[in-house]
Formats: sequence, C-alpha cells, structure tokens
Amino acid sequence: MLDPWVLRLIARRIGGALITLFLVSLAVFSISLMMGGDAAEAILGQSATPEALAGLRAAMHFEQPAYMRYLTWAADLLRGHLGTSLITGQPVAAAVAPRLASSLQLAALTALISVPLALTLGILAAVKRGSALDRTISVVTIAIVSVPEFLIATIAVLIFAVTLHWLPALSSSRDIRSPLDLFRIFAMPVMTLACVVVAQMIRMTRAAVCDALDSSYVEAARLKGVSPRGLVLRHGLPNALGPIANAIALSLSILLGGVIVIEVIFNYPGVARLMVDAVSTRDLPMIQTVAMIFSAAYLLLVTTADIVAILSNPRLRYR
Amino acid sequence: MMAPVSSSIPRKPRRLRLGLILGGLIVGFWLLLAAFGPTLAPHPPGQVVDLDVFSPISPGFPLGSDYLGRDVLSRVLVAARYTVAIAVIATMVAAACGFFCGILAASGGWPDAILSKLFDTVNAVPSLMFGLVVIASLGASTPVLIGTLALVYTPGAFRTSRALALNVTALEFVTVARARGERLLYIVLREILPNIIGPLAADFGLRFVFVTLLLSGLSFLGLGVQPPDADLGALVRENIAGLGFGASAVLSPAVAIASLTIGMNLLIDAASGSRRLGDGR
Repeated sequence: MLDPWVLRLIARRIGGALITLFLVSLAVFSISLMMGGDAAEAILGQSATPEALAGLRAAMHFEQPAYMRYLTWAADLLRGHLGTSLITGQPVAAAVAPRLASSLQLAALTALISVPLALTLGILAAVKRGSALDRTISVVTIAIVSVPEFLIATIAVLIFAVTLHWLPALSSSRDIRSPLDLFRIFAMPVMTLACVVVAQMIRMTRAAVCDALDSSYVEAARLKGVSPRGLVLRHGLPNALGPIANAIALSLSILLGGVIVIEVIFNYPGVARLMVDAVSTRDLPMIQTVAMIFSAAYLLLVTTADIVAILSNPRLRYR
Repeated sequence: MMAPVSSSIPRKPRRLRLGLILGGLIVGFWLLLAAFGPTLAPHPPGQVVDLDVFSPISPGFPLGSDYLGRDVLSRVLVAARYTVAIAVIATMVAAACGFFCGILAASGGWPDAILSKLFDTVNAVPSLMFGLVVIASLGASTPVLIGTLALVYTPGAFRTSRALALNVTALEFVTVARARGERLLYIVLREILPNIIGPLAADFGLRFVFVTLLLSGLSFLGLGVQPPDADLGALVRENIAGLGFGASAVLSPAVAIASLTIGMNLLIDAASGSRRLGDGR
C-alpha cells in the first residue's frame, strides 16, 4: 500500500523536523549564552571576589569559544548527559524526570478528555451548520479561545474552591490516598486546560469537516442520493481525517503553553513550573533541557500530524 | 492603527451584523480608553486612597480598591493603555516584518527556503516558553517585551502574507507592472498590498489577540510590565490574593482583558465571515 514515493515524503518530513530541532537547539543555546555570563554572579552573589568568579567561570567552561561549548553541550545532550543544576547541584535528569512524569500525566488526562469531546462537538457543529447548536458552540468557543488561561483558571478557582468548596485550590500529588483524592487533585488543572484545548480543537475540527462537506465529491454524492448520514460518515469524514489529525496535534500543542500558567496557578509540581523556577534562578542547564523538551514535544506533535495527513490522503495512498 | 479593520467592514454588511457591531463597539471602546483613559482617572493610579483594602464596589470607588487600597478604576484605566499600546506596537512590528519577509519569500528561491526554515524554528518553541527564556536572559523592559512579542508572532504573519502574496503575484497586473519597469517597492505597495489588505487586516486583528494574551500571560507570571507600572495582566497578578473573596480588584482587570480579546475576535469572525459569504461560496 505504501509506495516508495509516500515513504520518501514521510522521510522528508521527519528529516525536516530533525533539522528544525537542530536549529532550535542552536537558538536555545545562543539565548542562554546571553544570560550565561551572569550565571556565575547569580550563584556566588554580588559579594563574590573576582578570583572566585573566574574560578567558577572556568569550571563552567565559560572560557571556551561558543561553538566549542555548543558542540560539547549538544554531544552531551544526545548521550543523555543533561548536566547538573547550577543551583541545587543535583543532576538535571534526576530533577526533570519525576516532574516530566507528572506533567505528562496532566497532559494525558487532558488529552483523554478533550479529544473525544472536541471531535464529537466539532463534527456535530459542522454537520448541523447554521443551527442553534452550531451557533452556540461557535460563540462559546470564540469566547474561550480569546480569554487568557489564567482567567479561566481563576474563574474555576472562584467557583469550585471558593464558593462551592468542592475542590482544593492547590494540587499536590503527595497526598493521594484514594481515587477520589486523585480526582480532586487533577480536576481543576485538567478542567482548565481541557477547556482551552477543547475550544481550539472544536473550531479547527469544524472547519476541516465543513471544508470536506463543501467539496464537489460530496456534492456529487448528495446528487446521487446518498443519505445525510452516509455523506458525513463515508464521504466527508474520511477525507477530513488529515485536517482533523492536524487540528488535534495543533490543539494539543497549546497544552505545552497552557501548562506553564496552569502549573503555576495550581502549584502543580510539573516540568513547566520547574522551568519558571529555573528562569528566576537563571539555572542554565535546567532551562536548556526543559526548553528542548518542550520544543521536541511540539515538533513531535506537528510531524505526527503531517504524517497522518499524508497517510490519510487517498490521492497519495493509491497512486 | 485599527483603521484597516473597521474600514473594510462596512462594505460587506450582510449577516452576522450583531457580532460586527458588538465587536466594533468593544474594540473602539478600548482604543478610546487607551487614548484618553488615563486623563479620566479619578485618582492618581499609584496613590493609596482607601483605608480599607479589597473594598467592594462603591460610589467613591466605582471598581473598589486594590490590595494596597488604591483605586482600581484609575489603575485599570492606566493599565489598559499599557496593554493596548504594547500589543498594538508589537503586532504592527510583527505584521510589518511578516509582510516584507512574506513578499520576499513569495518570489521564491533561496530567500523563501531560508526564511521559511527560520520562522519554522521560531514557531517550534512554544510561545510562552520562548518569552520566558528571552525575558529572563535580557531582563524585563518594555522594549524587550515588545521585541519578544513581535518575534513570537512574526512567523504567523509571515506565513499569511506569503500565502496571500503568492496568489497575487501570479496575476496579470503584477506581470504588467513588472513589464512597465516599475520599481519593486512600487509593485509591493501599490499593486500587491491593496489586493491583500482585507485578509491581512483580519490576520492583524487575530495576531493582536494572540499578542494581548501572551502579554497578559507574561505579566501574570511577573515577567511582563514591571512595577510601579502595570498592565492588565500585572493587575490580576498583584491582586490575586483577593480572589478568595471575589474582589473586584482581581476580577475587573481580568474581565477587561477578556472583553478586549473577545471583542476583537467577534469583529474578525464577523468580518471574515461576511467576506466568505461575499465570495459566493
């Protein structure tokens, strides 16, 4: 089924993503160079003697030329040597791993709820275009998409924690004893994140399905007397699969940004809060690692969407 | 600055008129407020005028008082100017860079390959993460803030301009202008720009929404506008302690941001919706 041409297309997408990742690593490294000079001062404080500063800079290899330091850093990164935190002295990998796990938990739960919900509503809205349901969905999603994440989070806190006392305002995965505790801790961050992701995904799914239903082959199918159900299920949706996969991936990439605000507000011990803390302490190895993780995750999502789009395009499949 | 958006709308008043009027009114309201708001402030924004903190809405303090007992209305009026001005400038920079790079790329060849890859790279770093790293390394000042916001949203503007320009440059009148021997700048500004100004304006509005949201998010995390100045996101941050009892001091700036961005989105949606109808689809 997969002819070499399609395989080559896919290989090219993956190659492109890897090149972008390389460029991102250059960017992350050069941005952190700009703050690098101050890292030694940040660690030793303002009262540091010049000798101590010079010593620490030498220990951090600041005297080497930039490209050498990039090569060392990139080689270490590839081998999984992420360095040690400048602040705690702990290996970065050890600090990041548990945080990454809990962030992924948050993201997975959100995705698990958002994707089915958003696809159902998005497809419904597209099929019943112009109906009261469609217009309601469109107004509500516009409102949610245009509101900052922290507003949704604060409203959620106001309603569920302050007014109703149903849920705790802060989450910490330490005191989980029962499934109910688990629910209570994840409810608010997941709800807030899902809200944003679902709204975006509904809008993109609706647009994708509308496009497919507007096409001339659906028109032709309608003329030959295919039922409305068949039109959507057999003619519309299979062709909208690529754009829908794209919509899912792009909406899930919003998770990557949204998670930063959400983890800070709910005090959730994830990797994004680690990043915010690292930025305030100028902990270079930590910042570089987390920035690379986020960028790699984004590229993974987008590339997957591209590949699904290629695979689901019948014109490419049956060439 | 917003003139392109509003002037392209009355020509196509078909359906979705409610969104158009409502969105236009809200956006116009905020633009006026950004221009004249600070002169209307009843109290100096930095002065403690209330003995109580987080006091509720009262005739003396129409939006209550904040965590230090300052007048929230005055602070929102001044903060709105920061938010709107920074967002408008950053969006204009992004739109201008995106437009010129987009036109350049639309002519194809190696500039296209290089620019596309470059902007793909910027896009591959999640925007809030990008802002976090840049502002942490360069320090939070207004120029850095504007530069970061502009840089984050240039790739999107670039992609839109490039796609639009690709459609237009293939048309005869551009070829004719080229054959007449017109200068490149003339062709870009007189032949190409007028033909893509509508979609570009919609893109501008959308990008303004994104910029406002990112700016508010950064300020909310304490990396945006720095004290003693404050934009709307910073007002939410400094009054977050009042959330527990639903203080007006934390709700007002939050609602202000939401109304600005929702209004702009309504406007764009209605405008591009009526354009789609106008296209006869």
